Amino acid sequence: MATLADGPDALTGGKETPAPEAVVVRFAGDSGDGMQLTGGQFTLSTALAGNDLATFPDFPAEIRAPQGTLFGVSAFQINFGSTDIETAGDQPDVLVAMNPAALKTNVGALKAGGLIIADSGEFNKRNLEKAKYEVNPLEDGSLEKWQLLAFDISALTLEAVKPFGLGNKEALRCKNMWTLGLALWMFDRDRQPLIDWLNAKFKKSPVLAEANIAALNAGHAYGETAELAGPLKQYHIAPVESEPGLYRTVTGAEAISLGLVAGAQLAELPMFFGGYPITPASAILHNLAKLKEYGVTTFQAEDEIAAIASAIGASYAGQLGVTSSSGPGIALKGEAMGLAIMTELPLVIVNSQRGGPSTGLPTKTEQSDLYQAIYGRNGDAPMPVIAARSPADCFDVAIEACRIAVEYMTPVMLLTDGYIANAAEPWKVPDPSAYTPFPAKFLTEKNGPDGELLPFARDEKGARPWIKPGTPGLMHRIGGIEKNPGTGNIDYSPASHQIMTDARKAKVDGVAKGIPPQDIALGDESDTLAVVGWGSTYGPIHQAVRRARRKGLKVSHIHVRHVWPLPENLGDLLKGYDKILVPEMNTGQFKTVLRDQYLVDAKPLNKTSGQPFTIAEIEAAIMHALGGDIGGEVDADATQLPSIKSVNP
Amino acid sequence: MNDMTPIAKFQTTIKDWETDQEVRWCPGCGDYAILKAVQRTLPEIGADPSKTVFVSGIGCSSRFPYYVESYGFHTIHGRAPAFATGIKLANPELDVWLITGDGDGMSIGGNHTMHILRRNVNTQILLFNNEIYGLTKGQYSPTSREGTNSPTSPLGSVDRPASPCAFALGAGARFIARGFDVSKELPSVLKAAHAHQGAAFVEIFQNCIVYNKDRFEDFAAPKGAEQNQLWVKHGEPMLFGSVKSGGIRGIALDTKTLSLKVVDVATSEDGTPDWQAAGVIVHNVKNRAVAHMLVEMPFGPFPMALGVIYDDPRPTYEATALAQDEQARAGKDANLAKLLGKGQTWTVGGTAADPV
Repeated sequence: MATLADGPDALTGGKETPAPEAVVVRFAGDSGDGMQLTGGQFTLSTALAGNDLATFPDFPAEIRAPQGTLFGVSAFQINFGSTDIETAGDQPDVLVAMNPAALKTNVGALKAGGLIIADSGEFNKRNLEKAKYEVNPLEDGSLEKWQLLAFDISALTLEAVKPFGLGNKEALRCKNMWTLGLALWMFDRDRQPLIDWLNAKFKKSPVLAEANIAALNAGHAYGETAELAGPLKQYHIAPVESEPGLYRTVTGAEAISLGLVAGAQLAELPMFFGGYPITPASAILHNLAKLKEYGVTTFQAEDEIAAIASAIGASYAGQLGVTSSSGPGIALKGEAMGLAIMTELPLVIVNSQRGGPSTGLPTKTEQSDLYQAIYGRNGDAPMPVIAARSPADCFDVAIEACRIAVEYMTPVMLLTDGYIANAAEPWKVPDPSAYTPFPAKFLTEKNGPDGELLPFARDEKGARPWIKPGTPGLMHRIGGIEKNPGTGNIDYSPASHQIMTDARKAKVDGVAKGIPPQDIALGDESDTLAVVGWGSTYGPIHQAVRRARRKGLKVSHIHVRHVWPLPENLGDLLKGYDKILVPEMNTGQFKTVLRDQYLVDAKPLNKTSGQPFTIAEIEAAIMHALGGDIGGEVDADATQLPSIKSVNP
Repeated sequence: MNDMTPIAKFQTTIKDWETDQEVRWCPGCGDYAILKAVQRTLPEIGADPSKTVFVSGIGCSSRFPYYVESYGFHTIHGRAPAFATGIKLANPELDVWLITGDGDGMSIGGNHTMHILRRNVNTQILLFNNEIYGLTKGQYSPTSREGTNSPTSPLGSVDRPASPCAFALGAGARFIARGFDVSKELPSVLKAAHAHQGAAFVEIFQNCIVYNKDRFEDFAAPKGAEQNQLWVKHGEPMLFGSVKSGGIRGIALDTKTLSLKVVDVATSEDGTPDWQAAGVIVHNVKNRAVAHMLVEMPFGPFPMALGVIYDDPRPTYEATALAQDEQARAGKDANLAKLLGKGQTWTVGGTAADPV
């Protein structure tokens, strides 16, 4: 794949370089500089231009870290192109650095020959000191291996917004729009959607809208002028060939919210969402709180336990209960999950995983809650677990979680992670009428052979009837104590516990009968090596396997959505390969599950730096695996997002 | 907003509220008397078994739902208020009774007790206070008095006890009442709790005959009851005792110290107590400040305040929240296909069918 950094002249000055297929741009600035907003709007314009894309926002855990410091840097990376894009890109081609700290923490990631755009106005003595630069890097030649374009964006912005009479602080806040204007020019983008957006955003203060638009236009105009003078070149990235249809961009948190709404509608149930604020899961509660007209009730509970307990209460009363959290909150919900398993009530639990244990890395990603999801409860407490592989995939996975919960009368855990939750990708807007409904059924009459009520009788799937309080004549009691297999009355007898333990297990195991057999995402059964993933590692594994196959290597990509119970054919499928490599952002949890379930020699490839895998890392691991040295640990990469920030590097 | 449609009167007898389940409390436990009081109250208030839900946590008291022929949910330790909140939000027409104890509601579930009260979810919350952990075999509880000897406090407990009613008032409860297991007045207290629209908090002193026997005997015993129990009634002077039992007394406000005091009340020739002359105050269920003082009265120098101590309704949580939801929904077209295609979109291929 030709990229911008393939030649030193690729972006600056070179005249004959062909248009690249894909470009990686990283915007980095102070956390108050509006980099996430800039990145988000650039993403939108990229999507509107018809490129495929993947993004990676990275922000500090602190809301407003001290200005100008190394740990206060916020970054947003986008990879876009005219081919399929599945990761946010390994190394940026372009780095926009709004201050010295942003340059220092991000420049190491830039490809050799890549372009640095820096706001020289911010490279003053004070900021250089905060970033621990002794000499101004823009002037000492230390950036020679890259193309450097430094100019005073601050001054240019102030000049552009001067007619609007803003205070200095407010005027400087338009800097990000100036920068965005320049980026739009560089990649030949239409400014109008941004102008519309700014007008809508600042509806109440038109002067701010005008100032921001002026900054945007000034940045754009600067590009044109600079081009005339020679240092910059405009690029046009052709649109990707996509299936015809209506598209939009979507983040994982948005797609989960929409998928839950769709799932509840397919189940013909009102949805009750009980949540408690936690990073990075809160966005789902925020989104759903705005969707009341879709039969959604949201409840901000007093804690994680109350959030799940209220959702179980709502399910008991006949709605589709949903709760959501991240690792530490999921741990608190464990006992209540056991009650939902014991009382056999439908419930969806969304776990937006982050680095752990304990508070861990609140804003960074990890896949280390797999054991917690599958095994993390007291007693034999089986529960289906499914995992989303990308932001757009979250929609379908959320619907699937609702289906399993309602059809099997069971709690279901949906695993996503901090990367998927915040990242965006283009999404072909689905037609909700294309999904098969799975309407919930409620018992209305006594169901026993002798006219008695049997709340724990089972259907062909092993599910018990759902009985709404308020239904005349069906009064009964349920609870967390072991119960009689039919009546549900308290029954501690040995036979009863044996039967009920078996029935709960058989029911959850049976979910595998209702799911599609495991497919091979890329490759075929005759290959030597299977790279097996789950969740958000889909992108890097897929690209790495594709590259390896282009080199003629016999390697397949298998990506598992239903991580518990596993698809029925998975064991046989895996046993057809000589070698199995399981890349995971944890210390090897799914690898252990596969070994346990199938006695296969699955080898781990682990990365626990809070960073997603890069394509290169997996590609290297594939090469090693085929060479006989399979698996291992991937070291933290100081240049990759999320950056390894250090106040004293 | 608070005028929920009253639940229609339903004809039942006490028998209709008994389940076929064997009651498993210790013989002589105060819980039996409370169960009977509740089963006696339900027909009187015209409750419909199919619309009634008993929700409980964990502990001796929390077995209660198994013994009432209605819907019942025996949940997890301390969290019953959160389950009840979800139930009420999902179906506000259900009549929810929450059964908890001093360990369940004041210790492990103290947080949830606070929040259901502050939110004012329309439920009846019955806290059985036996000042001990019964089901785990007799450890001291958050309401145990200082110096309580128990397996976990062999030298006597050193932590000071919590006062459930004071806690509830502090959390913003709009209804506070007290009773005790074998009291004949208990059904009338339960009826008042049920009539209150909002979270109605009832502390019921309950005798644990195995681990904390006769802990409340000092005021609950029939002997001396007149002198030891102050049953407050709205609009009536706070009088207790009798001429026969050693004199009529009353509760007055010491205006110098702004605290309550016990005063002797003289009787006129026809035996009518002259409480005005003694400065005895009239109980007003809407007086929050006096309610605080009544629940904090130390037993001994004062009688035990019982009955409906505070009752001043406010809009319920579920009515307000669901009305707000309705308002948010009003006039909006809930078209999922449109929602999915919302925002800035683009079309690929020209032949694309817009799903809207």
